[in-house]
Amino acid sequence: MNPSGDPIQVFRAEARDLLERAEAGLLDLLQRPAERPIIDDVFRSLHTLKGSGAMFGFDALAAFTHHCETAFDRVRKGEVAATGDLVSVVLEAKDHMRGLIEGGADEAHGKALIARLEREVEKAAGTSPAQPAQAESGTHGWRVSFKLPHDALLNGCNPLALLAEMRELGPCRVAVSTAEVPVLDALAPQECHLTWTVEIDAECPRSAVEDVFVFIIDDMTLDIAPLGDVPASEALEVAPVDAAPGTPASPPPVATTQPAAEPVAPATVVAAAQTSEKRNTKSDESVRVPAERLDELMDRVGELVIAQSRLSQIAAASPNLDLRAVSEDIERLSNELRNTMMVLRMVPVGALFSRFRRLVHDLSRETGKSIELITDGESTEVDKTVVERLADPLVHLVRNAVDHGLETPDQRLAAGKTEAGRVCLSARQAGGEVVISISDDGRGIDHKRVREKAEAQGLVVPGAALSEADTLQLIFQPGFSTAATVTSLSGRGVGMDVVKRTVEALRGSIDVQTRVGSGSDISLRIPLTLAIIDGLLVRVGTGRYVIPLSAVEECLELSPEEDLRARGRSFLSVRDALVPFLRLRDVFGTGTQPERFQKVVIVSTGAERVGLVVDQIIGDHQTVIKSMSKLHEDIAMFSGATILGDGAVALILDVPQLVAAGQEQEAQLRAAG
Amino acid sequence: MPAQLQALEPQNSGSAGAVEVLTFELQGEIFVLEATMVREIMDLVAMTPVPGARRFAAAVINFRGRVIPLADLRIIFGMESRPATIESRIVVIEISIDSTPTLVGLLTDRVNEVTTLDLANSTPPPMVGMRYRPDFVRALVHREGQFVILPDLEKIFSATPGSVRSMQPA
Repeated sequence: MNPSGDPIQVFRAEARDLLERAEAGLLDLLQRPAERPIIDDVFRSLHTLKGSGAMFGFDALAAFTHHCETAFDRVRKGEVAATGDLVSVVLEAKDHMRGLIEGGADEAHGKALIARLEREVEKAAGTSPAQPAQAESGTHGWRVSFKLPHDALLNGCNPLALLAEMRELGPCRVAVSTAEVPVLDALAPQECHLTWTVEIDAECPRSAVEDVFVFIIDDMTLDIAPLGDVPASEALEVAPVDAAPGTPASPPPVATTQPAAEPVAPATVVAAAQTSEKRNTKSDESVRVPAERLDELMDRVGELVIAQSRLSQIAAASPNLDLRAVSEDIERLSNELRNTMMVLRMVPVGALFSRFRRLVHDLSRETGKSIELITDGESTEVDKTVVERLADPLVHLVRNAVDHGLETPDQRLAAGKTEAGRVCLSARQAGGEVVISISDDGRGIDHKRVREKAEAQGLVVPGAALSEADTLQLIFQPGFSTAATVTSLSGRGVGMDVVKRTVEALRGSIDVQTRVGSGSDISLRIPLTLAIIDGLLVRVGTGRYVIPLSAVEECLELSPEEDLRARGRSFLSVRDALVPFLRLRDVFGTGTQPERFQKVVIVSTGAERVGLVVDQIIGDHQTVIKSMSKLHEDIAMFSGATILGDGAVALILDVPQLVAAGQEQEAQLRAAG
Repeated sequence: MPAQLQALEPQNSGSAGAVEVLTFELQGEIFVLEATMVREIMDLVAMTPVPGARRFAAAVINFRGRVIPLADLRIIFGMESRPATIESRIVVIEISIDSTPTLVGLLTDRVNEVTTLDLANSTPPPMVGMRYRPDFVRALVHREGQFVILPDLEKIFSATPGSVRSMQPA
């Protein structure tokens, strides 16, 4: 896919895809152990991995994968059943392969896995189901139509070898259609445009025919029909390929006129049309692009938008109508370009969810609880960075749901629930946010226990008045854990406080809903994209700053009288509630005189409300976020910067950090007297 | 031309050899920096002060859609700041800060020329008798009858905030 890249990196990327595909297939097999296409798919993934591993010098990987491939070959042939235990071992083996590819694999572990694999294969060999493949015997042969992808020859596929392999099955009649061969000028000699139709007179199972194509089946068009089904009128006329007058018989009959091939073509085309839809969905074209190139493109588009807004200012002031028309066109185009650009960074959340099938499978084995995982809304798209950063918190939440939430099967039956616990992962878009929720039908979170724990750990004063919602917030405190014993699942470093911090770093929020006895639901609300925020543009002194709109509650005017009255105490009375405020002019040390009518922007930081005094509110502003450079990243008050329509830079306030910094500054002032 | 060929040769541990440099002025002193570091020389643009930043890099600017810090070497070398003139320029350089390549704008009073400098004529900064902190100066190079200053930019930008802040007048 990326011929210019380092081949080892390319192999790694492809191997990761193969492993993911094999894992998805294996997990499917747990539910539908006899499904032939899944087995084939897993086998092909393993085989390809082995082959390309050996090619790129990953010999240990090739050798190890060989064992799994052999095991699956026997499953494929119907000699061995794909039992749950066997699949589980192969899943573990898959993890080991990942280790072999990325480095850090333990050789002894690999050997143990192979031994276990062989044991499971032996065990499963006894329980092999009746071979479905042989049920199909009774046909008198097959009519096989196939067409290779254009680049098949370049990829080292030899059609003659395929034909020879089919001849081994029985007597064959072979016809070739040249209908799709382009004219000589347009023909590249390495491309394959031929379509073959082969009739095999042999009583072999259908799978034997499919085996011929097993390694290229994904990219090609293949249709296999029993010979008897083909109407006699369409029966194969062995086409006179080389009968076209004036054409040399070989090399490939490029100039062969179409009429010569016609007897075959109709049947072939019809046959090809009904070829598996499954393969079509897979061949959705996609291109791997390094993320930094996307970021560069994003920067360029950002510049374009700024240049465009300058242009429209000039155009608006000009009497030249042509200039205005062009400017409007450019405005439309650059807006579209920006929207397209935003979508480029979006990936479906399904990729993230699919990892949890494996996790839940492992958890189920570890805890002895039977668990049903339901996922919903996989096609919901979120920013790629969001997907990456949410992976760990979600793992923790799913673990929590299984470990703390779900009861053991006995407890569940006693409570009148189904034996299998249910964990539901869902994603949906709501306005400018994506809501990802993890719910379970377990025992729920017990407020009383949370409170007891918090009191025991000194997180809350005994006897303090706390609402239920406030109590639930305690689980996000650092150092909080309700698990009476620390199991291997929970309490492994990532706590709920880390989950909360990660979500907040993505400018999102967490909701917890729970009902004792019937389960809990944790929802993460994350903005659709990290690259853009809605902000309130304000002026402090001569500088302009952006306050994230999500933090803003309301804006008020600070009259000079109130300002004077507030001199000593920095508190404001808003509808009978006391709201502390910070004068940003002081915090930023602008050294300017206050405006006569200052404004107060009330922001909320978690439970607290704080007023920020600014000189002017300019308006709301959609902002492309740029990170601060190395030289400035130690200044916590700002989460980033943005470029305004006139090309100047405005800083984006990090509200919680700003409030903390303001408090510190005030404390220093008090200390100084 | 031999001079150019020489210039292309890599600089050997700073001892001998010629390098292409950009010369610029700060408060009448001539400074040089390696031409390979320079990305662009631009006119002054709107600067956005960053409250709480260390004093020598107290602002950011928009450089082709990116937000980059603007550094004022006059503060590092203890010179007084004067208002900008029509000759003031920003030199955008790429420099590695904690092994991350970073674009930084340098405020200068005037940019003179790109020239070839023979580092064989350089002397390490004397420990006494210089107005500037010797560890921020890589070498003094003799050129056309006067000494020009080759600042140690990596050290200046990697310096911990504390050590730079201690440079500030009390």
